Amino acid sequence: MDDQKKLAIIATKGTLDWAYPPFILASTAAALGYETQIFFTFYGLQMLRKDLSGLKVSPLGNPGMPMKMPFGPKWFKDINWNIPNAVQSIVPFYENVATSLMKMTIANNGVATIPELRELCQEAEVKFIACQMTVELFGFEHNDFIDGVEYGGAATFFEFAGESDICLFI
Amino acid sequence: MNFDKELDARGLNCPLPILRTKKTLNDLTSGQVLKVIATDPGSVKDFAAFAKQTGNELLSSAEAGSEYTFFIKKK
Repeated sequence: MDDQKKLAIIATKGTLDWAYPPFILASTAAALGYETQIFFTFYGLQMLRKDLSGLKVSPLGNPGMPMKMPFGPKWFKDINWNIPNAVQSIVPFYENVATSLMKMTIANNGVATIPELRELCQEAEVKFIACQMTVELFGFEHNDFIDGVEYGGAATFFEFAGESDICLFI
Repeated sequence: MNFDKELDARGLNCPLPILRTKKTLNDLTSGQVLKVIATDPGSVKDFAAFAKQTGNELLSSAEAGSEYTFFIKKK
């Protein structure tokens, strides 16, 4: 199909919250009939790892992130735990706790998990390209990543992006 | 309304209702009707947009309480 629309995404972030936009947009675009490609570079490579447990969320230095508890009575859930950066930074495993709470919130809201969305993208034939330069830069091996990933550089990205109708940098 | 298949997308949030719908439509043949029940308030606009962009016809979109029911005819 020559008139098929195309979406090209560059995914550069390596946190749990920022793993959502590329996978949500890519899977939805595929469902709408777009030919879709995601180019993963720098920290975005984290989203291609076989083990996704390294994807975490950090409230540190992120004033836009509400810190609410995903359990307990409503009045308790409504409290926004506005913890100062200085305190967050010295509490051990603060990110792990925040990530666990975030995952509970995600489940409570019927929001898909990242492994689920990634699989839906693959089922919908979204093409995943990993930036070979950053794979080497960060000391990864192809074996760290899921099957079906292609490896290439900036020129590979432009081959598809140049023909795309929508191109996003996330 | 008559339908050939039903999809329960209750409790699912964006973009899952659309993704499941797309997947379920793949199993139907042209002209068959899929009924979808969802609870995501965003799905009202999303199903209209999905139908418009994919050419599948949104026969009806109804709201009852906190549930939304859509009938989609496969292109």
